[in-house]
Amino acid sequence: MDIKKEAVLLSQYTLQTPVAIMEVCGTHTTEFFRTGVKDIFPQGLRLIDGPGCPVCVTSNDYLDTAIAIGWQYDCIIATFGDMMKVPSSYSSLSKEKSKGLTVEVVYSPMDAVQLAADNPDKKIVFLSIGFETTAPAEAVCVLEAKKRNIKNFFILPGNKLTVPAVKVLLDSGEVNIDGFILPGHVSAIIGKKAWNFIATDYGKPAVVVGFEDHDLIRGTLLLLNLITHANPNVVNEYTRVVRDDGNPKALEILYSVFKKGDAIWRGIGTIPESGLLLNDDHAYFDALQQFTPEVPPPKEHPGCRCGELLRGVIIPTDCPLFGKACNPEHAIGPCMVSSEGPCSAYYKYGRK
Amino acid sequence: MDIIVPGHGSGGKMMNDLINNTIKSILGSDTIQLDDSAILTVPVHSIAFTTDSYTITPIEFSGGTIGSLAVNGTVNDLAVMGAVPRFISCALILEEGLPIETLQRILISMKEAALKAGVAIVTGDTKIVPRGKGDRIYINTAGIGTVESSVQRRPIVPGDSIIVNGTIGDHGTAIMALRNNLSFSKGLSSDCAALNHLIQDIIKHFPDAIKFMRDATRGGVASILNEITKGASFGAKLYEEALPIRDEVKGVSEILGIDPLYSANEGKVVIVADSIYANDIIAIMKKHPEGKDAAVIGTITSEFPEKAYMQTTIGGNRILPVLIEEQLPRIC
Repeated sequence: MDIKKEAVLLSQYTLQTPVAIMEVCGTHTTEFFRTGVKDIFPQGLRLIDGPGCPVCVTSNDYLDTAIAIGWQYDCIIATFGDMMKVPSSYSSLSKEKSKGLTVEVVYSPMDAVQLAADNPDKKIVFLSIGFETTAPAEAVCVLEAKKRNIKNFFILPGNKLTVPAVKVLLDSGEVNIDGFILPGHVSAIIGKKAWNFIATDYGKPAVVVGFEDHDLIRGTLLLLNLITHANPNVVNEYTRVVRDDGNPKALEILYSVFKKGDAIWRGIGTIPESGLLLNDDHAYFDALQQFTPEVPPPKEHPGCRCGELLRGVIIPTDCPLFGKACNPEHAIGPCMVSSEGPCSAYYKYGRK
Repeated sequence: MDIIVPGHGSGGKMMNDLINNTIKSILGSDTIQLDDSAILTVPVHSIAFTTDSYTITPIEFSGGTIGSLAVNGTVNDLAVMGAVPRFISCALILEEGLPIETLQRILISMKEAALKAGVAIVTGDTKIVPRGKGDRIYINTAGIGTVESSVQRRPIVPGDSIIVNGTIGDHGTAIMALRNNLSFSKGLSSDCAALNHLIQDIIKHFPDAIKFMRDATRGGVASILNEITKGASFGAKLYEEALPIRDEVKGVSEILGIDPLYSANEGKVVIVADSIYANDIIAIMKKHPEGKDAAVIGTITSEFPEKAYMQTTIGGNRILPVLIEEQLPRIC
């Protein structure tokens, strides 16, 4: 059907009672605004942002450690651009760079491997964050460094898995969510069936959704139909990319380098088996094995409610700091600076 | 290989040779006056006068060089006020070690740009800085244009059309891709071009149609719309479907999480005009190579005063916020 006709269907959808749906992925957070789909939501439909922005869920402690390693071991910190302005407990990578720490922004983890190859007398520490989508690429980099016998490339493991986080949210019962918009890119790796537990164990519907305007409209319509017909099922809207079993090859590479372990999530705390750590065969590349920096005790910023936001308890405009003390120029929490952060999206696109 | 050395800034023979044999001979032996000032004759009472400094990495790129950028940028700043660009100065700050061959290529591209725009380079200056104290070459150009019609600034009202002369975001995206060695960026090219002939042609046909125009350089098209709506009683609404954006630009921008509406252009003018002239203005633009992809991209509204916003393909609205700082590429 014509996308514009579907847009009208969505905007005129009749809801008997208010409905709350959660988008797990940070890219969805932004795209719902950017495409204007959120603007045509029917009356009574609320979108709750989930823990799907990789920068946002990274704990202060991680950045504190990266900065400490950089200074204390004279390393080049290689990072995705998104991390630059995220506040750590006491500073940010961007501020430390101004003070003289060498921080290189890379577009792909492979650039960090090349940086190491080009600078054999320097130690490169790559800040490996992101979900299942980026983790295989990061695994490939470790394999590449191993193959090329590059001894000065290390990663600071910070990769996280989305499924355990969604389980924690459902178990906590803190938020009443009627259904989920599931991340398309993550699902391309782990497969649609990794999400079936949402329906079988928790009796909630969910839809795996792509990132174009038509995906968002169709995905939301599918989810609303499942909710209004009380049909707990996990459905795949993004069939042109996502298979039931995901990408077994990518998963094989991923787990040839990483193993599951505990991870600290901002606002949620430690979730068992929700992080990716280097396995024993690749422990050499682990910056935490190579270096033992003195890291100051982590500190949360007073008043920052990013934690509650990432648990879906509040939306950005509920935070008293939003748009006032906390804005893109002077961010207090990561959700305001990451391009996938809910506060950043609300600040940029949400104000009329 | 001949390179710039401190002696080229000494004031002695080496400097004179560089100026006479390289700079003046390329930029225009016939137009450059080597005295302390150039003496110029203008046939009008009012002139437009502007200056701009150019720093860019890389200094040579697909679609131009820092030299053509310096000429076209200053020409466009004059043209968007409705002035006819006439004279340009060229001040060079060269870093020790710059290959003379590179300098020559940049000067040639300046000269070619000046010829195309119909401006004369009449005066200049050359300074040399030690290695490590500059980024190979900086150029400052000042320009003088003659004001031969009324200045193109008139009150904007709801209903006016927003027009652009072609594809959006080409320069910024091409430079970002080059700077970062993006291997997937084939086909990107800067839109660096002088717009004075195109603009003059519109003014000649419709002397009172244009309410406002500005070249959409740093900050892109969205930033201009934020400038004109700031504190205003009207808003500026764009139509996503109407935006001319190259597929290559769209692709690279999507991957990097960059919005082409905020990317720099070096050959694009945003015009706000009375809507009854919009189609005629487009027709005139399309006669010029710099205007072949011209389009009406939006309209001035009273719906959301003080806001620049866009109606997306599916019919929702989204704000085009004021850019806070440079756009950084995202993670995934």
